[in-house]
Amino acid sequence: MEFLIQLLNSIQYGLLLFLLASGLTLVFGIMGVINMAHGSFYMIGAYLAYWLAAKTGSLWLAIPLGLAVVILLGVVLEAVLFRRLYGRDHLQQVLLTFGLILIFEELRSILFGDDVQGVAIPALLDFSIPLTENLSYPVYRLFISGVCLLIAAVMYWLIQKTRLGMMIRAGSSNRRMVQSLGININAIYSLVFAVGLALAAFAGMIAAPSASVYPGMGSQILIICFVVVVIGGIGSIKGALVAALMIGMTDTLGKVFLPDFSGFAVYLLMAVILLWRPQGLFRRA
Amino acid sequence: MHNDSTSKNARRHFLATAGALSTGLLLPDRFALAQTAARIRVGLMLPYTGTYAPLGNAITNGFKLAVAERGGKLGGREIDYFTVDDESDPAKGPENANKLVQRDKVDVLIGTVHSGVAMGMVKIARDTGTLLIIPNAGVNAATGGLCAPNIFRTSFSSWQTSYPLGKVLADRGHKKVITIGWKYSFAEESVEAFSEGFAKAGGKVVKELWVPFPTVEFQALLTQIASLKPDAVYAFFAGAGAAKFVKDYAAAGLKGKIPLYGSGFLTDGVLEAQGEAAEGLETTLHYGDGIDTARNRDFRAAYAKTFNSQPDVYAVQGYDAALLLGGGLDAVKGNISDKKPLIAAMEKVKIDSPRGPWTMSKAHNPVQDIYLRKVVNKQNKVTGVAAKGVEDPARGCKLL
Repeated sequence: MEFLIQLLNSIQYGLLLFLLASGLTLVFGIMGVINMAHGSFYMIGAYLAYWLAAKTGSLWLAIPLGLAVVILLGVVLEAVLFRRLYGRDHLQQVLLTFGLILIFEELRSILFGDDVQGVAIPALLDFSIPLTENLSYPVYRLFISGVCLLIAAVMYWLIQKTRLGMMIRAGSSNRRMVQSLGININAIYSLVFAVGLALAAFAGMIAAPSASVYPGMGSQILIICFVVVVIGGIGSIKGALVAALMIGMTDTLGKVFLPDFSGFAVYLLMAVILLWRPQGLFRRA
Repeated sequence: MHNDSTSKNARRHFLATAGALSTGLLLPDRFALAQTAARIRVGLMLPYTGTYAPLGNAITNGFKLAVAERGGKLGGREIDYFTVDDESDPAKGPENANKLVQRDKVDVLIGTVHSGVAMGMVKIARDTGTLLIIPNAGVNAATGGLCAPNIFRTSFSSWQTSYPLGKVLADRGHKKVITIGWKYSFAEESVEAFSEGFAKAGGKVVKELWVPFPTVEFQALLTQIASLKPDAVYAFFAGAGAAKFVKDYAAAGLKGKIPLYGSGFLTDGVLEAQGEAAEGLETTLHYGDGIDTARNRDFRAAYAKTFNSQPDVYAVQGYDAALLLGGGLDAVKGNISDKKPLIAAMEKVKIDSPRGPWTMSKAHNPVQDIYLRKVVNKQNKVTGVAAKGVEDPARGCKLL
């Protein structure tokens, strides 16, 4: 029984990782931009959820309002800053986006202070299902898992099955050719970028009630996000999902069965996979 | 930004005077020396940015409040403050401490919050002989293996805050306990101290669970706790980790079935974020809410009036740092350059602290009461004394 619950823990953690990393793999893989500030948007999402939920009294209202703010911010940032980075050296992208991390952290400190804050779980989902004599499973965590699965399905459908997805994929292979076919590639990039950031912010919003809201929360998730993206294959949504689930499994079972190695079990997994497939599991050709 | 405005004004005033004199009398250098010797140079090396910024500010406020209550003077001498933001970055610790000692020529270093950074300050203090007062960092070695005549602490040692809890749990009839904490030195020292106290009182730690610092994914270990069914759980987390752990513990249905205890850092400064999940939780620390003494009430009122916020344990530790320095300087009439008599005087100071009176141990760590506290209505209410006059064993200290 305990093993089954640990399996559930692994899947649940893996799905959350997928949600965190999906926006990164989109922006990194399709636009070729390394966005170090990805974690900052996770943090921005969490703080927006905290602030708007307190103002409106409901997380359900805070999420769409917050998403609107982030998408607007994403479109502006893309037009003002990121548009200049396409096709440039990755080092310059790292420099710019690292600068953004510092700016967002400082703004966060000025606007919200440096305390740890909590967001209440919506009353509708604030209960637990008893699994064993002592242990219950919080329904909110299961709800997060459901949302992650839904997002994975929508993203897969959008990119693989729709006309828009076709244009996005074409744009990532040959930007100029797509442009000469009369497609407004700038608008598409702007959209992808905003969606990538919105996904990170959404992850922050939906995780806020269970993870709390605190300074530096963005940088904490950034590394594991890159691990997911690299293992899965840069730009592959399917890869990100598989990689996230593998990491969830490795991390959870590592903590239980090999506690002394749990700190680096995930990185060991990454090393092994990269030796076997240097491109990651599902890199598109 | 963090330069103290009074010191700036003082400096400006001094420069103006010195400038006027230098043109008139051509005696600037001698005058300057006489002037600076009359003031005490205090180097505050604390975190003013990052996660620990509120702690650094509380310590600074506490220190300045105590100085203000003594008429802005310690040992009859006025204070010049020199401030460095240590960013809680251990890599920059020695360098920042050196800046204050070598460049600013401070008489005394006050700092810091993060134990890793404090170890860098300890090194510089030992190398240069500069007086150091630690107003928070609990790392055992600072007043243990690395203790020195010129190093004092006004806060606690990791050992002190967790050792007494062991007996509390044993007295309540808990026999099998699981410990859980972050894998880093402060948590490891705390868990070790708890286990020592618990074993001595006849209990047994059946399993130690560790989480890599600073990750906050606890679900796998909570599942393990549920299936091992201990009598109680001792947890060491702080800040965001503490907030999430306490909430996850409650959400997993463990709260109310397996009692959770911890050192006070599990619930200090994070009760707002923990909300309902923390209600009823019991912890040990050297300070808490509702210590009903005139001393504490006066301190809290004065602090709230001056800074428009409620003081916490960190403010008390900063306050006591100034009481210690002031007490020592009073006894030697403000002579800070002669270190030996000053240190001897500081060792004898009885600190009339808001937390309750305490004295210095031979290793220069407070001998103090450790309170048992219970979370009631988002406050860490003191419900009793877990152990009276707790003295850190100061293992490896050569001052003993």
